[in-house]
Amino acid sequence: MTDDLTSLTIQDATRLLRLGSISSADLVTAHVERIERVDPRVKAYLRLTQDLWETQADEADRKIRRGDAGPLAGIPIAIKDVLCVRGVETTAGSQILRGFRPPYTGTAVSRLFEAGAVMLGVTNCDEFAMGSSTENSGYFPTHNPWDLERVPGGSSGGSAAAVASGEAIIALGTDTGGSIRQPAALCGVVGMKPTYGRVSRYGLIAFASSLDQIGPFARSVDDAALTLSLMAGYDPLDSTSSDRAAMEVLNNYGAGVKGMRLGVPREYYDVAGIEPGVKAAIDAALFILQKQGAEIVDVSLPHTDYGLAAYYIIAPAECSSNLARFDGVRYGLSEVDAPNITAEYSRTRRKGFGTEVRRRVMLGTYALSSGYYDAYYLKAQKVRTLIKRDFDAAFEKCDAVVSATSPTVAFPIGSKTQDPLSMYLCDVLTLGGNLAGLPGISVPCGTSDGLPVGLQVLGPQWGENVVFRVARAYEEASEMKAGVATPGPSPRRGEG
Amino acid sequence: MPLSKDEVRHVAMLARLGLEPGEEDFYAGQLSGILEHIDRLQQLDTEDIPPTAQVVEIASRLREDEPRPCLSQEEALANAPAAVDGFFRVPSIQEET
Repeated sequence: MTDDLTSLTIQDATRLLRLGSISSADLVTAHVERIERVDPRVKAYLRLTQDLWETQADEADRKIRRGDAGPLAGIPIAIKDVLCVRGVETTAGSQILRGFRPPYTGTAVSRLFEAGAVMLGVTNCDEFAMGSSTENSGYFPTHNPWDLERVPGGSSGGSAAAVASGEAIIALGTDTGGSIRQPAALCGVVGMKPTYGRVSRYGLIAFASSLDQIGPFARSVDDAALTLSLMAGYDPLDSTSSDRAAMEVLNNYGAGVKGMRLGVPREYYDVAGIEPGVKAAIDAALFILQKQGAEIVDVSLPHTDYGLAAYYIIAPAECSSNLARFDGVRYGLSEVDAPNITAEYSRTRRKGFGTEVRRRVMLGTYALSSGYYDAYYLKAQKVRTLIKRDFDAAFEKCDAVVSATSPTVAFPIGSKTQDPLSMYLCDVLTLGGNLAGLPGISVPCGTSDGLPVGLQVLGPQWGENVVFRVARAYEEASEMKAGVATPGPSPRRGEG
Repeated sequence: MPLSKDEVRHVAMLARLGLEPGEEDFYAGQLSGILEHIDRLQQLDTEDIPPTAQVVEIASRLREDEPRPCLSQEEALANAPAAVDGFFRVPSIQEET
């Protein structure tokens, strides 16, 4: 019985809650039991938030009884460790923020709380959201629920794994170069990155401010769309948030793909390193979309080969600036016994930052340093313009762009950690969407070697509804629902 | 363009990363590999291309400058590793004379 409650969608759970068949407290109990059973192996959560779920479930149950419950009343949610929640330890997966308890809650999270969501805990991620496997967490790696010896993707790997293993109905992640869509693909769930500016970043611990966006993980396109519609919209606390109507993300998204033109960028379709099994799953998905009445058109994104290079200047440059605030003075780890302030900064940051963060801070500092700014940073910003223009031209010919989300299925833990560039290449199909500010989704589209494959749909800026429309039509026609994995006993027993 | 050990040391100093002796080689090797990939950007002629810093057209919008509730001093200092008399405590910036 309790397992039945941990594989529900929002729609399913809401029906049961409104009928009075279950209470929010029942739903939470089922999830907590599930977490106790599977999380010692999956390790999706960094911390559980019992005080919050008790208060929030209680309030949800009261409101449901009174008949004034919000759209997410009683729905268990997991929150990535980069989103501030008042009083809840929030560390960005980093030792440098160990013990940090934000004095406020970020806008996206507080909007979902107002809608009735019940927070179960804080999920693991790559340190400061830098990575594609969650192996860069300053705490421990998360394991893929479909194969515990493989990574869940990243950086929002904990959130993806939590939804995939029945440890939450929905989760929040952030996506700077693919950090929602890629782990969604590798864990077989739905993951959505909105248009830059759609969701307020207030209360998000910044990585690369011109690229970061908050978005949902879910078991269905409907759930992702609903969750996004509740987070979206202007926030006076984020001057880059848009005042476009939040509900427009749902416009007409159930209309099906008949008559739509779906572009397949040849550079994405044949991207270097794409696995044959992934390609086969994408071919099958394109066939299904075509059968539903979509027209598949050939498009080109000619600067694809330069995307990774531009991204790995822009994102590290922004991160080197954003991470300057971790100085051991105002919060987090501090080496207070240092003889002078420079030594205090250096000792704090030496102790608090992991290898990938140090690598990117150095890369960014170098790209911004005197004498190299034009050659690297300015050049990358110009190439960003070219990549944006590629997408503009593609969207002249099609309504949405479809491709694989990740060139590969989930890879073995440890297989890419020694070679940063090979890890960066995980995001080769997703980071263009961030550079161009586009909305994008990954939906499950079958398996390769028994591991989930994700189909990515990218839309023009502010075209979330178009993205949801294609994804939902595919989900419905393919009957490819996000499954819930029950991980067996870990073959790496004893690891922790 | 490969990064020398000296450049790694310099950049780490600028970013206050507190690199330990011996780590320069590790990072010089890895960063050089990444920069080698990044150097492909130089193949593109971008002479007439404007740079993009903000990819979405959103007009900068300022809120009304009105007093509103904010964090109390106690809340603002709650996470401070060291606070004294309502201030953040840091080591002295100048040597005592």
